Amino acid sequence: MIAETGLIALWLAASMALLQFALCAIGLAKGQDELFKAIRPVAIAQGVLVAISFLVLVWLFVRSDMSVKLVVANSVAIKPMLYKISGAWGNHEGSMLLWIAIMGVAGACIGIFERNLKAKTLVATLGAQAFISIGFYAYLLIASNPFERIFPVPADGQGLNPLLQDVGLALHPPTLYIGYVGLSIAFSFAVGAMITRDVGPEFAKAMRPWVLGAWVFLTLGITAGSYWAYYELGWGGWWFWDPVENASLMPWLAATALLHSVTVLATRDGLRAWTLMLAVVAFSMSMIGTFLVRSGVLTSVHAFAVDPERGSFILALLAIYIGGAMALFALRVGSVKEGSQFEPISREGALVANNLLLSAILGIVFIGTLYPLFVEGMSDEMISVGAPYFNLATGPIALILVAIMAAGPLLRWRRDSAKALLNRISIPVFLTAAALFALVLFTTSMSVLPLIGMALAAGIAVASFAPLWKRNLRRTPMHTYGMIIAHFGIAVALVGMASETSFTEEKLVAAKPGDEIMVNDWKIKFHAIEPVAGPNWTALEARVTAQYGDEAIHEIAPQNRMFASAQMQTSEAALLTRWNGQLYVVLGDSDEQGRWQLRIWWKPFVTLIWYGGVLIALGGLLAMIGRLRRAGRQKKQRAYAEAMI
Amino acid sequence: MKAKHQRLTLAVLALVALVGAGLLATFALRDQANYFYTPSDIVEKKPVAGKAIRLGGMVEEGSIRHEEDGVTVNFIVHDGTAKQAVMYTGITPDLFVEGSGVVADGKLTSDGMFVADNLLAKHDENYIPRELEGIDMTGNMTKTDTLVE
Repeated sequence: MIAETGLIALWLAASMALLQFALCAIGLAKGQDELFKAIRPVAIAQGVLVAISFLVLVWLFVRSDMSVKLVVANSVAIKPMLYKISGAWGNHEGSMLLWIAIMGVAGACIGIFERNLKAKTLVATLGAQAFISIGFYAYLLIASNPFERIFPVPADGQGLNPLLQDVGLALHPPTLYIGYVGLSIAFSFAVGAMITRDVGPEFAKAMRPWVLGAWVFLTLGITAGSYWAYYELGWGGWWFWDPVENASLMPWLAATALLHSVTVLATRDGLRAWTLMLAVVAFSMSMIGTFLVRSGVLTSVHAFAVDPERGSFILALLAIYIGGAMALFALRVGSVKEGSQFEPISREGALVANNLLLSAILGIVFIGTLYPLFVEGMSDEMISVGAPYFNLATGPIALILVAIMAAGPLLRWRRDSAKALLNRISIPVFLTAAALFALVLFTTSMSVLPLIGMALAAGIAVASFAPLWKRNLRRTPMHTYGMIIAHFGIAVALVGMASETSFTEEKLVAAKPGDEIMVNDWKIKFHAIEPVAGPNWTALEARVTAQYGDEAIHEIAPQNRMFASAQMQTSEAALLTRWNGQLYVVLGDSDEQGRWQLRIWWKPFVTLIWYGGVLIALGGLLAMIGRLRRAGRQKKQRAYAEAMI
Repeated sequence: MKAKHQRLTLAVLALVALVGAGLLATFALRDQANYFYTPSDIVEKKPVAGKAIRLGGMVEEGSIRHEEDGVTVNFIVHDGTAKQAVMYTGITPDLFVEGSGVVADGKLTSDGMFVADNLLAKHDENYIPRELEGIDMTGNMTKTDTLVE
């Protein structure tokens, strides 16, 4: 009966979403404020019900309930517990249920926590949120019911793609989904504000923490996904410009632009229409990403189901939501009054540049990702667009963007002078020039983009702390620290990327036991191959020792794993991390002479890429907390002032 | 600057950025897009040596030959009508076996050999490289999606 409970909860949640939408529509149309009071509890009930439904699915996976079709197809009884739990969302139906569950909980969170938005706009926002949810409920209940039973009940399940049996999988999709779906809040806010024509600093201040929250999760999700691909696929790369990666990058780019433009709206009441547009685009990118990944249009580890019916369903949802929001925008943009003015050289100017460049990068990634589908649709030709295109087209723009990022925070709002800016930024500019000079002089292997990237990073690292110059450090607001840390994180990640691209050393050998291989300062010795066994796999493991210079000898053990349930192999790379980089060893096949292939990389400072990602997310988190605390304080002060009168 | 002017300037700037991005994208696409070829396509269209292309087909039975250095492999990719010799240096993917589908990124050399930088094999029993779906070869290339659908 457990599975049925989950299904009933899902139906009830869907009806709550319908009720929520109806309350909003009728309330707004007839101007009945009594209906408004009911909408918060309904949103909360919807969130609770859909969360129950999702937890039931997890519980079915934990118990390995083999009477449920989804569990049979994606789990086996002998799997470790963590992967049983993560198996609940490591499949198409489960991941869509996770999506809608997060969306419902996000709606409930608006219902519980949002106190700064005007009542009418809040109702419109919750109505919009319900409207989006309804489509996804329909999709789950009609086209992909996760609780479907199977008869006769099989003895055991069919397992889970072994590539997905990894700690990374347990964390990466939920994190990314919270980010994706968190952007739906920004979308609903924008739709709500367009309906009530209430766009201004108050609206922006209410929206900002939600955008920051979603953005933090997106950043973490992308960082984790990049690291997962790096060590699990065994190819030694950290970003492949795979369509699936792009699908997560595009919402991030839009959200990054949004959280900068929303600041202009909150502080200076500028960029009203543009901010609304970005909020719509950001969540649209999330939905397009989900469509690309889940519909099976693209094949990859992430495409669980190849089913044209489902693809058309999601495509129809996309058309309705994105088209509807864009149409609303077109109708209302004329009546959104333009905000205040600013000069080109000003904080606003820099933020506009940030937004334009981010949008340009977004456009390039979008074109590159969808172009193959387009070409295929138009002709019989098949093409694939890979890393060379993306690096060539986005790299230069990204470097201009980060250069502006160094200058932006040092500019005053409204108007500033170029001379004053040059004065403030002279040290970082000097550092960049010095770094460029040194790199050109002392390195030989660097190509243009990494060279400029590395040099810029030196300047940005210093420039990001410049806003603290001559300020009282204890009175500097928390969100300023957040910005500083996030911008510094970009510099850190940039160093990692440039260093990995330029200084990686690679060796591919066929080694006999006892052979020694030198890579950079590493002395790597291959000792033996031994069989090992895990809970649901067996493996051949290489005994390898590695020594950096005269330091201590470390043992590492790259594996080739065979999974019993899926009859497939995966290779588990062995990583050895030092402060200045990572040694990465992959075991290949053997040959008739008893030699084993070993692929060895020494990647200097590669870890900085992910440390940078974490710093960026941390900065976003600090900014969010700082903003929320300040809003709370201001509210208290207002209440106090009113009480005094 | 009046409000209207500012709005106009911003709109123009946005347009310039978009068009710029579009132009940059088209320029890079024309240069860098990887066209997908089957061995028959290579015979027919004769891509220029040195141009990055993607080759897909089946690994011919009995064609995999390991070189003396232990890390280079030679094999033949076919699509039922034509054949193409491929050379690859590196660790072959786990599911790279004879009679199975493979997609290789690389370049043709002037003597007609395809040198691959990267090999992709069938990910698992439910996965076919998208480009190979249309090609009818052996039984094990059809999708064996058992219980899910």
